[in-house]
Amino acid sequence: MAVESVPATRNALSLLLLSMADDEFVLGFSDSEWTGIAPILEEDVAISSLAQDELGHAQALYRLLAELAADGRDADAFAYDRPPEGYYHARLLDHPRGDWADTIVRRFLYDTADGVRLEALAASAWAPLAELVAKIRREERYHVMHATTWFERLARADGEPRRRLQDALARMGPDAGTVLTPLPSELALEMAGIVEAPFAELERRWRALLRPVFERLRLPLLPATRDPDHARTAHSDAFRWLHGEFTSVRRLDPKADW
Amino acid sequence: MIDSRTAHVDERDVRLALADVADPEIPVLSIVDLGMVEAVEVRPDAIRVELLPTFVGCPAIDVIRSTIADRLAVFGRHVAVEVTFRVPWSSDRITARGRERLRASGFAPPTAVPADVRCPYCGSSNVALDNLFGPTQCRSLRYCRACRQPFEQFKTV
Repeated sequence: MAVESVPATRNALSLLLLSMADDEFVLGFSDSEWTGIAPILEEDVAISSLAQDELGHAQALYRLLAELAADGRDADAFAYDRPPEGYYHARLLDHPRGDWADTIVRRFLYDTADGVRLEALAASAWAPLAELVAKIRREERYHVMHATTWFERLARADGEPRRRLQDALARMGPDAGTVLTPLPSELALEMAGIVEAPFAELERRWRALLRPVFERLRLPLLPATRDPDHARTAHSDAFRWLHGEFTSVRRLDPKADW
Repeated sequence: MIDSRTAHVDERDVRLALADVADPEIPVLSIVDLGMVEAVEVRPDAIRVELLPTFVGCPAIDVIRSTIADRLAVFGRHVAVEVTFRVPWSSDRITARGRERLRASGFAPPTAVPADVRCPYCGSSNVALDNLFGPTQCRSLRYCRACRQPFEQFKTV
């Protein structure tokens, strides 16, 4: 019997897809705000391309979600037609765009955590997700390279770049683990073989991956996740503002055909 | 009565026709050069084409889909283009002809190791990576220190 035909599994799968799609969508939209105003032209090109990749991943994940929901909503309806409190992205992505160091820190923390999550889904029992993840991982490899290069560059620079990086880490560090905070439905996901290990184990793997990087760069290790019960709910004012931005064109004419 | 077209259309005819469908972002390449056509199925009433996007969020896919429908209209059957991730597209799928055409138009083809990148203009391996990301999702920016020419490389994915 197909994995998604069991209602409890289908609900758990939908929540997983929603969390991943919203993560990629909110991050992609935040990064797209740099288009035209990035610190240097090369990075204007890079961050715009990264944003485009993430929005593409979000679209593909929303499509899977729409097929599963089969309630008439399409990918755009999922992306744009929910109130801010209906979004289910990690609180790490709730921080305002901030300066370049904030953007690099957010990307580095997210891309490394997302990499661990994608790896745990590569052999997923739900084939459509395993197939999409295989494709996404080929692109995310470049994202991790980009984020790591910049993270190390800022950390190794004396003075203001390193200070700004540390400030950004102090602000976002307590929320970094929210990408891998266990979903309420994770037991069903694990039992159905959709995800290979419990999220707590994924978070351990991710922290073990980052530890040598932080030690090498003489940065304090990340703190435990603050308020994990609201890792993907209770969004910030910064997100409510962003939501107003990314839904503004859609709200002008929801039925417009592009 | 059997339509005369029915008896004569086979998968090879369709693949030949698809070799005319250019990639809108790098028009010197066709979708066949790129290895985007995974499967072709010819039925008496329909042609089904399975297409692998080079990147998940490739914005050219809708244009490619409608160009395929236009190009295959000549066969007089319903055309169904299915975009799928069933097989992940990788840059290894670009054909030898595709790689040659890339070089001829100033693009370095993808390479398994970064050290193998050659300048498409002078062939030098003395090249720098300027930017992992480029003007479209599938391209990165490089610079040839030998002939002092910037060029793009098709990303290895």
